[in-house]
Amino acid sequence: MPDRRLVLLACLLVLACALFLVWGLKGRVGFILELRSIKLAALLCVGAAVGISTVVFQTVTGNRILTPAIMGFDALFLLMQTGLVFLLGGFGYLSLAGPAKFLLETVVMMAAAMALFSLLLGRGKHDMHRMILVGVIFGVFFRSLTGFLQRVIDPSEYSVVQGAMFASFGSVDPAQLFFAGAVTLAALAVLARLAGTLDVVALGRSTAIGLGLAYDRLVIALLAVTAALVSVSTALVGPITFLGLLVAALAHALMRSHRHAVLLPASAMIAATVLVAGQWLFERVLHLQSTLAVIIEFFGGTFFLFLVLKGRIR
Amino acid sequence: MIEIRNVSHRINGTPILHDVTCDIPRSGITALIGPNGAGKSTLLNLVARLLPLEQGAIVVDGEDVSRTPSRDLALRLAIVAQQVGIASRLRVQDLVGFGRWPHHRGRPGPQDAAAVAEAISDFGLEDLRHRFLDELSGGQQQRAFVAMGFAQGTDWLLLDEPLNNLDMFHARALMARVHAQTRPSLDRPRSVVMVVHEINYAAGWADHIVALKDGQVSASGSPKDILTPATLSALFGMEIRVEQVEGRPLIMHHL
Repeated sequence: MPDRRLVLLACLLVLACALFLVWGLKGRVGFILELRSIKLAALLCVGAAVGISTVVFQTVTGNRILTPAIMGFDALFLLMQTGLVFLLGGFGYLSLAGPAKFLLETVVMMAAAMALFSLLLGRGKHDMHRMILVGVIFGVFFRSLTGFLQRVIDPSEYSVVQGAMFASFGSVDPAQLFFAGAVTLAALAVLARLAGTLDVVALGRSTAIGLGLAYDRLVIALLAVTAALVSVSTALVGPITFLGLLVAALAHALMRSHRHAVLLPASAMIAATVLVAGQWLFERVLHLQSTLAVIIEFFGGTFFLFLVLKGRIR
Repeated sequence: MIEIRNVSHRINGTPILHDVTCDIPRSGITALIGPNGAGKSTLLNLVARLLPLEQGAIVVDGEDVSRTPSRDLALRLAIVAQQVGIASRLRVQDLVGFGRWPHHRGRPGPQDAAAVAEAISDFGLEDLRHRFLDELSGGQQQRAFVAMGFAQGTDWLLLDEPLNNLDMFHARALMARVHAQTRPSLDRPRSVVMVVHEINYAAGWADHIVALKDGQVSASGSPKDILTPATLSALFGMEIRVEQVEGRPLIMHHL
């Protein structure tokens, strides 16, 4: 049963990709196709990273309403952008070399994530709630700091920051994409081997240890992989807070299974399909550039409220 | 046998267990009794390696709990902890099937299916096997979790307050099923260690009793020896009458 649904999802994704590539194709076909495939690859990479990282994160935390974004990830990204503009000025920021900046962003975000997760190993071990609370508080702290810096900087430089505030799929650097793709593929390879183990992790700490898992070490490893995926996708296109939540909930609702062997591919394909189809619709059909992220945030946020109000999620 | 030697444990600086030494025999049901905060669950969690051992030693059938790899221990000892909600959407059969994880680690074989089927029938879950866990009553869920513990096929099964939230029908049925699995006449009798609050269940079904008070073992032995007015009154700090009904102690703690 679930396999048929996976096949259906794969068909939808292929259809979306085909539409994205060939819709309105005229003129210098080779050149346009090359541009479009770079963009398509970025969308697929971000989709897989966001979908899978959210499902893994929710399994590890045993909570269906949390996403890595709630740990202050997007806030940290914005703080980094604003901080760079503040330090280097708008021109200096824009003239930073792409791959180096991308690498720096990824490394800093992973380091921050691991610092947060290492609270799990310290005296507050096994205390997921404490970690989440720390994440939320840091998120607010980063946001206030960002707000402060934005008030201090020159208004014209603020517009540079504003460009980075919403996810943008418009311009993707091939070098960044190559690096992001490699990290994502490596993470997927690790998680594919751990799919069965993730099913046990979802039973909670006591049961998982009782069944012989080295739970604490495993959770740190899983959170590190999650951090890598989130860092890569945020650094590639910018913060998309609610896509993960939307996609993970859809994957659980559609597959109605506890098996990560189907949940992980389903979430990756749903996220990629939403991004590719959405980008096609807004860019090609409606000719509205750079609104996709806003729309996703709007629907994701509405859906988030719906879930909270319906009490569907523990 | 589970040998507990000089175990002390603190949680956030508060001493919970103080120099606990006792043996739990490899037969029948052992009940851990005592007032709230005596350290019963902590002791059980230490034996099950859910908490790291700080001081002392715990040896299960010759294997030191703090040194044996977790996956090897999972073949000797199963734990059914106090349940918190599970986020996964699981059917009863899938949950019981997870009990076989230490044996197959993701690739179940025919003997795993047989063990799951046996546990499901032993605990009367045939009618519920395709139901989702979150659609069941508390008693049915508890039964499914205990069945999962038995499906793990270990010599030892630790149950942390398995009777919590169960009405008298389900509590008695669960005790009877666990009791039947621990009889020495079976091919492979299990040994069960459980934390029990309703002391008459210990009186009715347990073969051995360990009484804890203020983080120390205050008494241990057979139900007849432990469940006396003098011992119980000292343990719980209140006057307790004990009658004999059909050769078993009946503790009149509610009057």
